Amino acid sequence: MEFPGLFNYWIVIVLMMTGFYIVMAHGNLIKKIVGLNVFQVSVFVFYISMSKVKGGTAPILRPGLDEGVEVYANPLPHVLILTAIVVAVATTALALSLIVRIREEYGSIEEDEIIAQENNQEEDQ
Amino acid sequence: MIAANLPILQVIAPLLSAPLCVLLRRPGAAWAFALAVTWASFAIALTLLSQVLESGPISYEIGGWAAPFGIEYRVDMISAFVLVIVSAIGSAIMLFARHSVASEIRRERIYLFYAMYLLCLSGLLGIAITGDTFNLFVFLEISSLSSYVLISLGQDKRALTAAFRYLVMGAIGATFYIIGVGLMYMMTGTLNIADLAVRLPAVASTTTILAALAFLTVGISLKLALFPLHAWLPGAYAYAPSMVTAFMAATATKVAVYILIRILFTIFGGVDVMAGMHVGVILTGLAVIAMFAASTTAIFQPNLKRMLAYSSVAQIGYIILGISFASETGLAGGIIHLFNHAVTKSALFMVMGCVVLRVGSVNIRAFDGLGARMPLTMAAFVIAGLSLIGIPLTVGFISKWYLILAALEKGWWPIAVVVVLSSLLAVIYVWRVVEAAYFRPAAADAPEISEAPASMLIALWLMTGASVYFGVDATRTLDVALGAAKLLLVDRI
Amino acid sequence: MAVTALTMAHLRNLFGVVMLSGVFSLQAAALYVALDAVDVAFTEAAVGAGISTLLMLSALAITSSMEKSRKGVSKGPLALAVLTGVLLIYATFDMPVYGDPNAPIHQHVALHYIKNSGQEIGIPNIVTSVLASYRGYDTLGEVTVIFTAAAGVLAVIGRNRRSRGKDKKNGEKSMKFKSVLRVTSKLLIPPILLFALYVQFHGDYGPGGGFQAGVIFASAMILYALIFGVGNARQAIPAWVTRSGIALGVLLYAGVGIASMLMGGSFLNYSVLASEPTLGQLIGINLIELGVGVTVASAMVTIYYNFAAKAPEEWTPEEEEESEGDL
Repeated sequence: MEFPGLFNYWIVIVLMMTGFYIVMAHGNLIKKIVGLNVFQVSVFVFYISMSKVKGGTAPILRPGLDEGVEVYANPLPHVLILTAIVVAVATTALALSLIVRIREEYGSIEEDEIIAQENNQEEDQ
Repeated sequence: MIAANLPILQVIAPLLSAPLCVLLRRPGAAWAFALAVTWASFAIALTLLSQVLESGPISYEIGGWAAPFGIEYRVDMISAFVLVIVSAIGSAIMLFARHSVASEIRRERIYLFYAMYLLCLSGLLGIAITGDTFNLFVFLEISSLSSYVLISLGQDKRALTAAFRYLVMGAIGATFYIIGVGLMYMMTGTLNIADLAVRLPAVASTTTILAALAFLTVGISLKLALFPLHAWLPGAYAYAPSMVTAFMAATATKVAVYILIRILFTIFGGVDVMAGMHVGVILTGLAVIAMFAASTTAIFQPNLKRMLAYSSVAQIGYIILGISFASETGLAGGIIHLFNHAVTKSALFMVMGCVVLRVGSVNIRAFDGLGARMPLTMAAFVIAGLSLIGIPLTVGFISKWYLILAALEKGWWPIAVVVVLSSLLAVIYVWRVVEAAYFRPAAADAPEISEAPASMLIALWLMTGASVYFGVDATRTLDVALGAAKLLLVDRI
Repeated sequence: MAVTALTMAHLRNLFGVVMLSGVFSLQAAALYVALDAVDVAFTEAAVGAGISTLLMLSALAITSSMEKSRKGVSKGPLALAVLTGVLLIYATFDMPVYGDPNAPIHQHVALHYIKNSGQEIGIPNIVTSVLASYRGYDTLGEVTVIFTAAAGVLAVIGRNRRSRGKDKKNGEKSMKFKSVLRVTSKLLIPPILLFALYVQFHGDYGPGGGFQAGVIFASAMILYALIFGVGNARQAIPAWVTRSGIALGVLLYAGVGIASMLMGGSFLNYSVLASEPTLGQLIGINLIELGVGVTVASAMVTIYYNFAAKAPEEWTPEEEEESEGDL
């Protein structure tokens, strides 16, 4: 295990955990979604980091150029992350639309206030 | 041409119908179209199952690229079985849907509702059939996003918060899964399930793969609502529209269980995960707690949809228990309980849908005297309830019998006792409803109500009938479940 | 980046948090460029920094922009996050060293793409080859996810027919006097649209493709809606067009797949579409990229329309910069 070689991943892990913490700890629904985004983006960075090859270039073939340039970054994680970014933005859009509706119905986007309202409602039944 | 392309048509048919539904826009047309498509996909699933039984696993290369380079669809016995479960429930519920949806969803949104439903169905089918871990993630997201929407369309405003909670949990679960896939990819260079199974044993002892296993298991456990990660489920099931609850309870968690089986027994098939890494013991413990804690909570719920939701958490416990034995009998018990619980629970939630339609509430008080006023609906509840408990001649008995056998095989007789005891808890919560419906008079001011519409009753009795039929004659389902268990544990393909 | 993320955790002004999350995305995009992932960087900048931030701001405008104060750090979540982090760090111990060309991921499947995609597919951008052909089915799934989100937003906050009359009024009152903005944006929108087309059809050679083009196209539309009011934008591109667009894009994509099945190949096997396999691949890839572009652009515009329709008042000019940032 070589210390400097893994340092890059460790930073990504700190980022992931910050996002993960925001999702779980914060009661504000929008902030939860921001946290989720941070969490997901850090996972993307993690994927892209592993696709990097020392001395490589972007994975676009240039037939005209010299044949010697054979080292490309790994294209597969790039593709996966392109898909994952789209999935993430779709999730965000949907989550925000739910938040808008929650705000309409409850007049709040704070988790504890919403739970308090729900408990009241349950007693009424 | 159609025969060769069946595996892809299975998923593509509902997937393509969703945009068509959006273009159609008329509620009636959208329903009829969705009904036709779901029945067609059920037919495809049955054909695939019979092909697999005859001639072994089918592989289909999408885009014409060979397996690890392109995405492969792979149908073996267990995936064909799950396909049949999902599409059978999906098509029966479409019969049920028409009146239920018309009364619970605003008219101008009905076409979107069916589009979402079809997407959810194709997402679940896509998960069950794919041979690629990343493709699985994509279809997991299709089914998840659409189910968040479906849940949020419930009438109660609490449906919104339930959907949001599920969305956050689901997104975390999916992200965990994707971290796990990334770690595995890092060590093996492949995403294909079969290819992973070949390449994993060589690197299985690395910390990276151990962490990958942990992330995959936790991520999927969130999705399948394994105790203690089930917090999203009761609210989601209680406030979703009736047909959505019936569909999700019968399929979504089952498909998540399927993913777990795939991970533990196919991807990590060459590695002794269950005993060597203590996954088996952990799962057994969680399953037992789930069976007790959730069943006990269920007894105290005044909202019966919520009660059945907690019961689902307990039933998932049974399935996981079967898997955690990692023996042929246990795994077969878990797999067959996938089917049995799907049939039983969808029938029970359909009863709830009928009651919502006619009475407008699923509070236990609304059930007073319902036995006389909705005789057919409540009779179905009694039969399905017996199956939930596990009385002989119902499907519930078959699965519990196998679970107990598997426990005894291992010499874990306390577990066998636990299975019986937790079934007694089910007796209590089912009895509460029966008592209200048959032994308490209807409230004096109760409105006049009639029996549910014929189409809903047909769907309800199809499921109820299935839970008796396959309880009396279980050879066919057992053959498949035992065959699948053998395939996963012994033959490893 | 770490600093940005930590500040986000502490800041209670949601407006600031959202802005920082945009900054965070941009930083990530810059990092991707450094890591040779140009396609991903492009998308992250357009989506993470652009569209996501814009949507969050729209949601903020409708809800409230301050978070309730709370005391201290919640211990349970913190412990969970730390536990997960430790597990991940544990995972790194046996990982191949960063940038190591001999790591398993560079040897197996990916190597095949790098070596053979030039021959098998015939286009220079390997990412596009993998995205649209080798793993084209994932991309169909991705388009379906976008479709699901757009239709889902319609189902959750979609407007009723009754409220349609309000459009015109909204359009009239919006930014009547900001003539500088109007002129600038009139100058800006055509080049943005042209650029979108360029990105759409140039994806085979350079970074880009249907997804990025769709987002850029949508951002031009959103810019128009910001300056001239959503009502006017809806007149230029009515909601039914975008709604059909999200469906038609998916259908076009899958239609290519079905066409290849009809011509005797398997689903999405573009090689059978023409006499020459590589020509078939080229046709197939361009068609599906078009499908992606149509769905993404219409989906983004649909989602934006629906958020904007919920907004209590019209937009402030500050947000306009955001969508220009997409460029």
